[in-house]
Amino acid sequence: MVAPASTSTIDLVAKFPDSVTADTRPGYTGFIVNKAKLVEVATAIRDEFGYDLLTAVTGVDYLAENKMEVVYHAFKTTGGAGLTFKVQVERIDPIEVPSLIDIWPGVDFQEREAWDLYGIKFTGHPDLRRILMWEGFEGHPLRKDWKEPFFEEEAKPFKSRWPDGKHTFAENKNPFRDNLNFPANFDPEKYEVTGEEDLYLSLEKDSLKDVDGNMKTEHIVVNMGPHHPSTHGVLRVAVQLDGETIIGLKPVMGYLHRNHDKIGERNTYLQNIPYTDRLDYFNSMSNNFGYVTTVEKLMKIPVAERAEYIRVIMAELSRIQNHLIFIGMLMNDLGTMYTPSLYAFEERELVLDIFEAVSGARMMCNYFRFGGVVRDIPDFAMQKIKDLVFDRLPAKTDEMERFLNENEILVARLKGIHVLNAEDAIKYSVTGPVLRAAGVPYDLRRADPYSIYDRFDFDVAVRQNGDMMDNYLIRFDEIRQSLRILEQAIKQIPQGPINSQKAAYQVRVPAGEAYGRIESPKGELGFYVVSNGKPNPYRYHVRPASFVNLTAVESMCRGTKIADFVALLAMLDIVMGELDR
Amino acid sequence: MYGKGILKGLSVTWKRFWDTYTEDISWMLRGKKRYNTVEGVAHRSSKDTKGIFTVQYPEEQLIVPEEFRYVPFLVFDEGADGKKEVRCTSCGICAKVCPPQCIWIVRTNDPATGRPVPVPTDFFVDMDICMNCGFCAEYCPFDAIKMDHDINIASYQRNIYNLEKLMKPASYYAGIRPENYTREEEARKAKEAAKAAKAEAGAAAAA
Amino acid sequence: MENEKLSLPNYSIPEDIQNVVAVTTLDRLYNWGRRSSVWPLMFGLACCAIEMIAAQTARYDMARFGMEVMRPTPRQADMMLVSGTVTKKMLPSIIRLYNQMPEPKYVVAMGACASSGGPFKEGYNVVAGIDKFLPVDVYIPGCPPTPQALIAGLIKLQEKIDKQSIKHVTWYNKEKKDGNYVPMPILGPDLIDVRRNAEIRDVAAVKESA
Ligand code: SF4
Ligand code: SF4
Ligand code: SF4
Repeated sequence: MVAPASTSTIDLVAKFPDSVTADTRPGYTGFIVNKAKLVEVATAIRDEFGYDLLTAVTGVDYLAENKMEVVYHAFKTTGGAGLTFKVQVERIDPIEVPSLIDIWPGVDFQEREAWDLYGIKFTGHPDLRRILMWEGFEGHPLRKDWKEPFFEEEAKPFKSRWPDGKHTFAENKNPFRDNLNFPANFDPEKYEVTGEEDLYLSLEKDSLKDVDGNMKTEHIVVNMGPHHPSTHGVLRVAVQLDGETIIGLKPVMGYLHRNHDKIGERNTYLQNIPYTDRLDYFNSMSNNFGYVTTVEKLMKIPVAERAEYIRVIMAELSRIQNHLIFIGMLMNDLGTMYTPSLYAFEERELVLDIFEAVSGARMMCNYFRFGGVVRDIPDFAMQKIKDLVFDRLPAKTDEMERFLNENEILVARLKGIHVLNAEDAIKYSVTGPVLRAAGVPYDLRRADPYSIYDRFDFDVAVRQNGDMMDNYLIRFDEIRQSLRILEQAIKQIPQGPINSQKAAYQVRVPAGEAYGRIESPKGELGFYVVSNGKPNPYRYHVRPASFVNLTAVESMCRGTKIADFVALLAMLDIVMGELDR
Repeated sequence: MYGKGILKGLSVTWKRFWDTYTEDISWMLRGKKRYNTVEGVAHRSSKDTKGIFTVQYPEEQLIVPEEFRYVPFLVFDEGADGKKEVRCTSCGICAKVCPPQCIWIVRTNDPATGRPVPVPTDFFVDMDICMNCGFCAEYCPFDAIKMDHDINIASYQRNIYNLEKLMKPASYYAGIRPENYTREEEARKAKEAAKAAKAEAGAAAAA
Repeated sequence: MENEKLSLPNYSIPEDIQNVVAVTTLDRLYNWGRRSSVWPLMFGLACCAIEMIAAQTARYDMARFGMEVMRPTPRQADMMLVSGTVTKKMLPSIIRLYNQMPEPKYVVAMGACASSGGPFKEGYNVVAGIDKFLPVDVYIPGCPPTPQALIAGLIKLQEKIDKQSIKHVTWYNKEKKDGNYVPMPILGPDLIDVRRNAEIRDVAAVKESA
C-alpha cells in the first residue's frame, strides 16, 4: 500500500493571488512563493492555516535553470498532511532569501546549513555562520558546480572500475595527492587563521545578562568537546558560565560531517540504502525505512504485504533497543558508571542477534529494498523474536524500572528539572519523545500514518510535565507500546512474497519530488528526494531528528546549572552520525 | 524511607550477581559444561541467559548466523587436478552496484580475437573502503562473489585484496553458508537439466 | 597460566620449582606488562565507536585483556583507537590528543573509515585515512568491525608489542624523543598539513598557470 502523499488541500493561491503560484512541474507539489512576500505568506500559513510545525528547510540547486530553490515543509501538530512551499531565486551571488526565524525559530540550524552548503543568505537571521564546515572553508559544497577533491564522475558507477579496472588510489588522481583542493596561487604560509571570534561574539551576544542581579562575577567560557566523554560523540558546546549557571551556549558541530548529501547525489538510488544505515547508527532499520518509503512514494510502487510487517517488526525492535541504550547512557551521564548501560547493552545484543540473523550485520543492516525487504526472516530468527517480545523484553523492561525508577539520587537529579514546554518544543520544531513528554501527542505513526501503522492498536505515549523525569519515563512507555505493536504484528504477519518488485540493481524513478518521513526513535526522520529520471537522485536531503531537535538546546539550557547540562543534552538523544551527516 | 529505592535497585544487581553462580551450579549438577562449549555459548545468547553474559573470544566464539557478512571473497570451484576455476565471469555487475565503488575488475580479452573472455584477469577489492553492504554478493548473477565469515583479518598494513587473495574454494563457501549453497546448487542443477532437456528436444525436433 | 608466555622455553628449571620460578628476559617481562594493560583513550568518532563500546560491555568484555580502563585524558592512555570517520574538522583535535599521549603509544585504525576514509572517502570533509597523519600500528577492516573482529585486531596489537625490544624502542632514546610529534594541521580553505606547505604552494601555483 502506498501511503497517501502528504499534499496540501488548502488553497494558498486564492488567498495570495499575486504572490503565490502552484508548483506545476511534473511530479512536484506545493506552492511557489514570491520572495518579497515570503514572510507574510509564512505568517499566514502558521497563524491562519495552523501549520505550526515547520519541520524541514533545505536548498536545491537547479543549475540548468539557473535557479536556487529553498523548500519548506510545514505540518500541523494535530496531524494530517503537510504543506510544501518554495522560494526560487536567481542563482547569482549574493543569493538572498528572507529568514523565517521569527515565525518558526526551529529553522535556525537548517537555515545555517543551507547557507553553509548552498551559500543562500538568509537575511534577518541573527547568527548566520557556517555550521557543518568551518569558517574559512572555500566554497559551498552542495552546489552542483562545486566539485570535491576526489571528484571522479558526476554519477556512479564510475567507468574506471570495469572492464579495465586496475586498482588506483583516489589520491593519485588529485594534484595535491590527497583529499585536498586549494584555490589557485594559495600560499599556506601566508594564510591567516580566522579563528573563532564569530562564535564567541555570538555567544556573548546571546548570553543572559546578570543572572543574580547585583553580584559582580566574572564570566568564563568553557568548551566542552569535541572530545568529551559525555557529549555523545564529537559534538562541541561552547558554554558561557556565571559561576555554575549557564548563561549562554552555542553548539558547534560538523565534526562528523561526512557529506552524506553530496555522496548521496552521486549514488544510485539503491546505493543510498547502506549509506542511510550510517546516519543514526543505532537504528539502521529505521533509517532504511524512511528512505525506502520516500523513494517508493516517488516510484509509486506497492510494498509486499509480508514485507510491511517485517519492516514494522524491525523498526519497533530497533526502537526498543534504542530507548534501552538511551536509558543506559543517561545514567552514564548522571554519573552511574556503567551498570545500567551494561544491562541495556545486554538486551541490545540480543536484539542485534536478530538483526544479524535476518540481515547479516549487527549494526549496518542494509535490509530494506524498494518494494520490500531483502530476505525473509528465517524460522529460528522468528522464534527468537517471539522469545524476546513475549518473554524476555517485557520482563527486562520491568526489571530496569525496578532497578532505577525509585532510586532517590536519580529522582533528585531528574524530577522537576524543566526540559521544554509544549509551546517551546513546537516553536523549535522539536519532534519525538521530547515533544511528547511535553504533552503534545504527536507521533507520526498516528499523526500521519505510514506503512501499516494504522492497523495496529497502540497508544501514543504522552506525559504532561516536560521535566527530565517525564522525558525519562516516556522512554519506558514507548518501549511498552512498541512491544504491543510487535505482539500484534507477530500474530498477524501473513505468508507471502517479501518483495513486490523483481530484484534489480537499477531502479527507474520517475521525475518529481517527494518528502517522506517516519517516526524514528529520535523524532521525525525525513528524506527529501528530487528525481530527474536519471539513475541517481538529483537532490537527496536528510532531515535528521537530532539536528533539528538540537536547535532547542540553547533556550533549554540557559539558566540551568552546568551539572544538569549533560543530562539535558542526553534527553535530546542526539547521535552524531545523524546530526552532522 | 529514604534509601529504599536504592536498596531496591541493589537487589536487582545482587540477583544478577547471584544468577551467575546458581547457573554455574545448575549446569554442573546437570553434568554439562557451561564454558567453552557450543551449547554454553548458545544458551548465553538465548532468551534464558542469566548471570554471566560474556563470550570469551577468542577461546569461545559467538555462533554466527548463516547470513552474517563481513568482507567479500570470490568463490572458485576445484576443477580437475586441483585447478582453480573461478566462477566470476567479470560481468562487472558487482563493480557497478558497489556503493563506495571499491571493486576494480580487469576483464580478459582474447588476444587473438580481442573479444572478452569470461574470466577476470585481475580483481581488486579495497577492503579499507568496503562497507560490508553485501550488494556485490546479492546481485552477482553467477554466485561468484560471497560474503565471508572470517573476522580475523586485521593486519599491519592497508588491505587491498587481489584476485589471488580473494579466492576461496566452493567447499569453504558450502561450509559457512550451507543453506544458501544447497539452494543455489539445486537451482543450478534444475537450470542445467532444463537446458539439457531443451537441447534434447531441439535435437529431436531437428532429427 | 601466564607463565607459558612469560618464561623462556630454553631454560630448564627443576620440576619441583616450576610452579614458582620462571626464567625470562627483561624484554618478555617488559612486554608482558605492557601488553596486558593497554589503556585505550576514551574516544569515539562515529559508528565504529558504538561497536567499540559494545566490545567493552558484558558480552565481549575487553577487561579480559586489561583494556577496560578507558581514559578520558590522553595523558593516561597507551592506545588511541581511532574508531570512525576522521573528518577534516575533527583532525586537529585528534592530532592534539595524540601529541599529548605519552610514549609508548599505539594507534589502531578501527574500521574502513579510519583506515582509508572508507565509504565516505570521496567526501570533501573526510580525511582519507588517519595514517596520513599518525603512524598506524594495526588496521582493522570492516564497517564496522564486529566487537570480535576488534578484539582480534587488538590481539594483533599485543603480538606487535611482544615483538618489541627494550633495546630498540625509540622512547628511551634521547635523540628521538620527539620522534612522534605531529605538527597540528590548520583549517584553511581546506585542510593544511603544515609539513607539506611548500608542496601545496607549488601545486597551487601550477594550478594557476594551467
Ligand atoms: S563477481 Fe559476479 S557480478 Fe562480479 S564480475 Fe564476477 S560474475 Fe559479475
Ligand atoms: S560488500 Fe558492498 S562495499 Fe563491499 S565490495 Fe561488496 S558491494 Fe562493495
Ligand atoms: S567504517 Fe563504517 S561503521 Fe565505521 S565509522 Fe566508518 S562508516 Fe561508520
